[in-house]
Amino acid sequence: MISLTPEVMLQSFLTVFRFLLLILAALAVLETVLYTLTHRRPKNAAVGLGMLALTIVLAYAFRSFVLPAEGLDTPVKAGIGVALLLADVGLYWLLSNPHVTRLGLAYLLLAPALIGISALMVYPFAYNVYLAFSNMGMMTIRTFTVSLENGIANFRSVFTGVVAHDATFWEVLLRTIVWTAVNIFFHVTGGMALALLLNRPLRFKGLYRTLLVFPWAIPQTIACMALRNEFNFQFGFFNTLLRNLGLTPINWLTDPTWAFIALCISNIWLGIPFMMVVILGGLQSISREYYEAAEMDGASGVQQFRSITLPLLQPVLTPAVILGTAWTFNALNVIYLITRGNPQEKTDILVSSLYKAAFDFYRYGFAAAFALVIFGFLLLFAVVYIRATGGLKAAWE
Amino acid sequence: MNLRRFFHAGRGDSPAKRLVIHLLLILACIVAVYPISRIVSISLRPGDRLLSTDLRIIPQDATLESYRLVLFGDPVTQRASNFLLWLWNSLVITVLTAIIGVILSASAAYAFSRFKFPGRGPGLIFLLATQMIPAGMLLLPLYLMLVRLQLVNTYLGLIIAYSVSAVPFSIWILKGYFDTIPIDLEEAARIDGTSHLGAFYRIILPLSTPSLAIVFLFNFMSGWSEYLVARVVLQKEAMYTWPLGLWTFAGQYTLAAGRFAAASILIAVPAMVLFLYSSKWLVSGLTLGGVKG
Repeated sequence: MISLTPEVMLQSFLTVFRFLLLILAALAVLETVLYTLTHRRPKNAAVGLGMLALTIVLAYAFRSFVLPAEGLDTPVKAGIGVALLLADVGLYWLLSNPHVTRLGLAYLLLAPALIGISALMVYPFAYNVYLAFSNMGMMTIRTFTVSLENGIANFRSVFTGVVAHDATFWEVLLRTIVWTAVNIFFHVTGGMALALLLNRPLRFKGLYRTLLVFPWAIPQTIACMALRNEFNFQFGFFNTLLRNLGLTPINWLTDPTWAFIALCISNIWLGIPFMMVVILGGLQSISREYYEAAEMDGASGVQQFRSITLPLLQPVLTPAVILGTAWTFNALNVIYLITRGNPQEKTDILVSSLYKAAFDFYRYGFAAAFALVIFGFLLLFAVVYIRATGGLKAAWE
Repeated sequence: MNLRRFFHAGRGDSPAKRLVIHLLLILACIVAVYPISRIVSISLRPGDRLLSTDLRIIPQDATLESYRLVLFGDPVTQRASNFLLWLWNSLVITVLTAIIGVILSASAAYAFSRFKFPGRGPGLIFLLATQMIPAGMLLLPLYLMLVRLQLVNTYLGLIIAYSVSAVPFSIWILKGYFDTIPIDLEEAARIDGTSHLGAFYRIILPLSTPSLAIVFLFNFMSGWSEYLVARVVLQKEAMYTWPLGLWTFAGQYTLAAGRFAAASILIAVPAMVLFLYSSKWLVSGLTLGGVKG
């Protein structure tokens, strides 16, 4: 058993420090070269060659100081090398093109995030698509085959078979929709109500606001684990309260309906502060003059809310609702840590079934197809919602 | 004190209305805070009364026994506590993740805010679309990638896995904030001879402190309490981050409830102090989308 000693701390610090240093060095090199290219527009190959040399040096330093690469397969090494080379050549070609140079700085600034997101989101996503057409499972993790038939079989079993152990796709989909709708409704109305209350000249405003963001401030894992205990039949807070009020205690975690309600309560509690803060920010940016003019014309409070507040909040509300929906839809933590989808998968939502399919039942190929279906549903929702409200236009104009 | 002066408020609201508003807000605050205070109360209970239906926040004969067990191990069984190690692991991983995340998102957000490059609109939509990726979808490919790079059970593996998870959202926040800063400021600086990038570092970044603080916080929090990815990437107990370690306490309600609660408090307090300290920037820093202030 290792405990925390100064040596352990020093060692981990050094590992991480080297890593950070190399990342910063790589970024510095990349940016310097890009800068020279974009702002001095070289006509000779010297900069290109210099860039290549620096990449090689960095890759070597990375390999010897950060990654213990002895056991890396040759294809992986070759792949990394070729990728770096291609990136170099591509960048050089792209940036020596005068048309691009005008916007050179933009690309220079985008490059780090683009590389990160490509490597850690786009590539895994593409690999996931590939896996969806495979029969990869626990037994076939190294010997799986990829074919169209496998893909069709995977997608077919998403819609016709069971997604984890008991539940079918349609059942879980329906529950997920109810889950998302209920949560978002309460997040937005609750957040809106609190934000409207806080957006008045009021004493202790700062104090109230601070206390009200507590559910957001507490690490979610802790909140979920603690709430799980509060739903305990004998000792949890909810049943104690019910008993004290003289009511019958509820089987929170063993009755499917109540377990679902327990999850909703937890997630609503967790999600209101975010909406409150976002809406409050939006409210504060609305000029007082509109309201003064409306009051002059004799508009009632409700009328003011409907014709001033809501329309002017739209640019804030649309992305917040889209993000909130995506997060609620994806609230794997909440489900997994509070009920684990029990009893009998009656409280699973799509993402928790997905997690089970992949990591409890090891149906990797199936899970990949399942994940794509879920992604499709969410994307569809977002597109429809954006079309319906038109609220995102302001963000990119 | 005069009730009316105590609940001082602006024009329009009558005292009765103000009273109702205060009562509503107080009720909301209780709902928000009470579940957290319950963790405090469980952590203070003596070992033989962990399972009580007591609703008081500070229990009778409160004791710090649980905290001692968590921090220094159990003297009876001679079992050392790994708690500090887990906390350290988490700290190293998340601080680095957050630093990388802020650097990546600040520079990208500036490009999105100030340049009309081809692919800008689709790029922003693409960032929003990455939020639609179901949780757990990328876990298997990422895991296989880390296995091939031999990064399982290392800090780097988890840092890499976390580093961009909050970046798309952060870019949106920062872009929204940069949009509210008048472009004239940079132009004035550029006339005085600063480069474009120089204007970004010297003018935009210092002016964006609230939003940068929020983004750092989000990046930090997204890694700080992450459980499901860590469960897959870290398998050695010495490498555990605190959520994994905490789960070993939370497994059974009866025996470890006190230790679980005490550990929760020890973890939650620094994170919450950080969060609440930056909450003064929360409202101004979190400008989602195109509200031009």
